[in-house]
Amino acid sequence: MADGYARATGRPGVVLVTSGPGATNTVTGILTAHMDSVPIIVLTGQTITSMLGKDAFQEADIVGITMPIVKHSYLVKNTNDIPRVIKEAWHICQTGRPGPVLIDLPKDITSAPFTGDTLDPKMDIPGYKELPKPDKHDVLKMAEMFKGSKKPLLLVGHGAVIARAGDAIKKLAEKLNAPVTNTLLAKGEFPETHPLSLGMLGMHGTAYANKAIIHCDLILSIGSRWDDRINGNNLEFCVNAKKLHIDADFSEINKIVKPDAWVVADARETVEELIKHATPLDTKEWLAELAFYRKEFPLKYKNDRGLTAQYVIDTCYKVTDGRAIVTTDVGQHQMWAAQFYLSGRGDHWISSGGAGTMGFGFPAAIGAQFGRPKNLVVAIVGDGGFQMTLHELSTMFIHKLPVKVLIIDNKYLGMVRQWQELFFENRLSGVDLEGNPDFVKLAEAYGIKGFHINHADHCQDVMKQAMEYPGPCVIHAEVIKEGNVYPMVPAGKSAFHMIIEKPTEKMEKPTGST
Amino acid sequence: MPNTDPSHTISVLVANKPGVLVRIALVFARRGYNIDSLVVSPTVNPKYSRMTITARGSLETLDQIIKNAGKLVDVIHCGEHDMAHSVEKELSLVKLKASPAVKAFVTKAARKFHVKIDDSSEKYYIIEQTGTTAQLNEFETMAKEYGVVEMVRTGKILMVRGKEKT
Repeated sequence: MADGYARATGRPGVVLVTSGPGATNTVTGILTAHMDSVPIIVLTGQTITSMLGKDAFQEADIVGITMPIVKHSYLVKNTNDIPRVIKEAWHICQTGRPGPVLIDLPKDITSAPFTGDTLDPKMDIPGYKELPKPDKHDVLKMAEMFKGSKKPLLLVGHGAVIARAGDAIKKLAEKLNAPVTNTLLAKGEFPETHPLSLGMLGMHGTAYANKAIIHCDLILSIGSRWDDRINGNNLEFCVNAKKLHIDADFSEINKIVKPDAWVVADARETVEELIKHATPLDTKEWLAELAFYRKEFPLKYKNDRGLTAQYVIDTCYKVTDGRAIVTTDVGQHQMWAAQFYLSGRGDHWISSGGAGTMGFGFPAAIGAQFGRPKNLVVAIVGDGGFQMTLHELSTMFIHKLPVKVLIIDNKYLGMVRQWQELFFENRLSGVDLEGNPDFVKLAEAYGIKGFHINHADHCQDVMKQAMEYPGPCVIHAEVIKEGNVYPMVPAGKSAFHMIIEKPTEKMEKPTGST
Repeated sequence: MPNTDPSHTISVLVANKPGVLVRIALVFARRGYNIDSLVVSPTVNPKYSRMTITARGSLETLDQIIKNAGKLVDVIHCGEHDMAHSVEKELSLVKLKASPAVKAFVTKAARKFHVKIDDSSEKYYIIEQTGTTAQLNEFETMAKEYGVVEMVRTGKILMVRGKEKT
């Protein structure tokens, strides 16, 4: 919820929980924010200082438990330190590469009176490295690399969304005549409806974006960390292309890909500098080649064997005119939403990327709606993930938040089923969700309006009613059970091994990460 | 099996706060880097501590470790140092059973290896040695011929030569 709020507004989301299990329940949320560089502050209760380490009731060493997944953390042992700690946490979580900061607050510390001198003390973080300005020499070196490129490609990542670099990237792309692809998390920062946009790349990206990866002679990553879901296999990734990298985090340079030039700075500032030195490139042939791929291998789906998730999401996109803030859960519906709900703004697409946290989408939508009360917020979730956090229906009801929850119900943990089908001879295990509740009745039990879609014929009408409904609602879309997400690049393989549709031959077991 | 990866010496200047050691250790452990020795000591500024870490592993992983340790809010500075540009020292205590042969051995080694007998109570010698890690290793090999009862080493400390700070 705090994560969704932070991504929708750019302001830190704040979490307040009790000690022990309250604190440990935040671990998955902290990992999610850590992996996707989201500014959140987690305030955890703690037992009194004299009982620390003595197994007191509801004691948990939450600072220790979360140490590998926070940007920074505190255990406050003096009431008078609280103002400084809060000020530092606020600064640390949202500057540089953002991330979660945890503050553990023993009960005696929060209940004691404050006797300090000032509520606005100086920060004491001499080791904190502020983001440097783009180095002129590095920018020039990068600009030089573009000269003579016939097949350039811009890769927009979440760092660009965080830096609000969209306008600058648009100027750069238009000046260079360079096509643009985006990661899952950067959807919309460069509008996906722009003629130069190739949409999302990677494991379930568009065929033309992945073709561009194979054939480009230069790739500039703007705030992407070349994650394994986009590179497939870093040793075979863009082998013939010059690789350029802009990142706010020095440790991303050389981590996965060895760039030919890099700038460690804010993405927007760097791209703005780069524009000054960029000269138009002759990319006519390159764009024509990509237009051919776009025509040859479009994103598509068939509706002849029952209602498909793609059609439901496509209908949602059309009914809402592509203007909703969309949050998603994790799995097949997430990939279909990424493919068919084109985004025009970076802060209108909220999804758990790095961690791939199921159960994320619905609470994130609630947070987004809190932060952006005037916007239409749609949570596109699967039947599996939704049931991990569906108790937030009461939160939505209590706070009268008009979130629209679109449940894509295929009665499977569909992405895992797809892998079992393709790579493990369809020996299904642990993926069957036959026995799901009636989600309309479930919504009604919480006092929330429910809509039901199970046929393409009435999909558009019902979707329209639901999206125009003034309050919170749930749309239960029952889709065909065994739809698969294509294109697909098997894990551990380069884009070269992309499959466009259901393979006719047996697939090798994937070598990449799950 | 002995670890044959190259050894590196990393010096980390950290804020003197609880938990810093765990944060640093996690950066190493996560990437499978084995720490051979680790020395935490005060600096002239009571706000900061110095950690000198020797560890083995690939250069690429080392690059990631230095960058990720450097990112920690409590870390002021983190970097690798080579022997050519710094002075390194380590101290060890070696316990040997007292005998005229051992005494002769220690006396002979005293000048070359900077060793001395620190304690000779209860028929055992505790021999102190200060030197480079290589010197300590060499003496250890020789002492083993006389039957080392036990050995404790401080781990390496290091300081950059000249004007530059460690």
